[in-house]
Amino acid sequence: MNKRIEEAYAKRPKRWIYELVIVLITAALLVWSGSAVETSGTTQNGAKIALNILAGIFHPDTDLLFNLTTQGVPYLLLETICIAFLGTVVGAVISVPLAFLSASNLTPAQVAFLGRIIIMAVRTVPAFVYGLMFIRVTGPGAFAGLLTMSLCSVGMVSKMYIEAIEDLDTKILESLDAAGCSSWQKIRYGIVPQLMPNFASTAIYRFDINLRDATVLGLVGAGGIGAPLIFAMNSYRWNEAGSILAGLIVLVLIVEWISTKIRVKLARG
Amino acid sequence: MKLYDKIFPPRVIELPNGKQIFKYRSRAPLAVLVLLFLTVLSVKVTGFNMNVLVRRIGEFFVILREMFPPNWSYLSQIWQPLFDTIKMSLLGSVIGSVLVIPFSMLASTNIIHNRIVVSAMRLILSIIRTLPTLVTALIATYVFGLGTLAGTTAIAIFTFAYIGKILYEEIETVDMGSFEAMEAMGATKTRAFVSSIIPQVLPSYLSNCLFCFEGNVRYASILGYVGAGGLGLILNEKIGWREYSSVGMILVVLFVTVFIIETISRAARKRLV
Repeated sequence: MNKRIEEAYAKRPKRWIYELVIVLITAALLVWSGSAVETSGTTQNGAKIALNILAGIFHPDTDLLFNLTTQGVPYLLLETICIAFLGTVVGAVISVPLAFLSASNLTPAQVAFLGRIIIMAVRTVPAFVYGLMFIRVTGPGAFAGLLTMSLCSVGMVSKMYIEAIEDLDTKILESLDAAGCSSWQKIRYGIVPQLMPNFASTAIYRFDINLRDATVLGLVGAGGIGAPLIFAMNSYRWNEAGSILAGLIVLVLIVEWISTKIRVKLARG
Repeated sequence: MKLYDKIFPPRVIELPNGKQIFKYRSRAPLAVLVLLFLTVLSVKVTGFNMNVLVRRIGEFFVILREMFPPNWSYLSQIWQPLFDTIKMSLLGSVIGSVLVIPFSMLASTNIIHNRIVVSAMRLILSIIRTLPTLVTALIATYVFGLGTLAGTTAIAIFTFAYIGKILYEEIETVDMGSFEAMEAMGATKTRAFVSSIIPQVLPSYLSNCLFCFEGNVRYASILGYVGAGGLGLILNEKIGWREYSSVGMILVVLFVTVFIIETISRAARKRLV
């Protein structure tokens, strides 16, 4: 018995060369990237600055936090939610036709490839470049932020939609065919029930991300909570930044909790 | 949802054998109502205006048109920031994903049975995850000065939170048989974790790290906007100067880089899982 085990162990596939090469490549890449660490910029009082920042953040400006005018944190948060929500909805709607066009099991390979390249290109452009482009269209404000959010969502959402479409179980369609269903019935009872939970779940997930990334919009003045946050940080008003951050963190945690619940429900049917 | 069923009572279907079955009313109308309300509210707050959009959408393509053809002569100056971006994301991803392993272990309910420790760890991970990367990058530039170190730190923190959540969910779904057997033989928790849990979660862990790295390369190009080094720095500068053909060149380079990295990492991930 033991002998057989030892024989089998001795005959195990020898992959050490392959593994060694991978380890070497990884190590080389790490050493190469280690040169990114330039400590020259670190000043002696870096730790002191960090402590100051933390002190400010943990003593948030309560006036701003509970101020109900349009300058206060609650309204800014509402605006951010609205930007993220409508951005997600618009993005998800645009993604549906794009995803069907680029799914390799439905369209010819060339069309699908082209669609994928376009989606990748849309995803590559950083959010603030889109923000600048849309500000030309709508002027600064929440509207530009909303359009930016939708375009940024399209990249990721359509990629995940494509995966869902490519995972479609075609056997169901065949059995509906055999039962004599029309194309419309096949879509209604064969395709929609398979895709709907997945699509909804992806959109909710993206809403989470959009809410968190909404700060990026503030960089170019495209509305939401980003701009006041960045301004407060750039002018070292850490109490103010602390109160905005506190509001944002609480909001994101709540939204994440709700969205996880909904997504679990969607996944289990 | 109990309340919903009380207002709209389920339809009762009686089977031939006398058994009663409740067919609950669809929740779709409720969901549609909530969505509709939120949409109307969002349209009000953000000032969404289809008219403006249709009338002025041409303006969107003004900058886009100026980006093409890209300014090829600018290519030689892009390499350095590009490599900085890749280095930042690589190092940040590795540091974050390695540092998080013990924390993920402490946040999994099947290994640590103390509820307080688990919830505390999860709360910490959640809070770190909600911190916008831009904010961590900005704080890092105050601490470490302008440069790639700040960007590396911000990416490491982001990766830490992202991988942390996925990893503890992964750990909770493993087969606990070998872990319990090792513990019964007298191994410590850490020893049992290393020898029985890690081999099970390693492939998906590596795959997630690669996926996170892909995203980080893209994200690292934004961080330069707050002075954290890399492509964002020159991107910001060229946008400021309105040299849109150079901006186009930077975007083309970024696109090709992301494409190459994604192709390699997708091939690697296919072998892993």
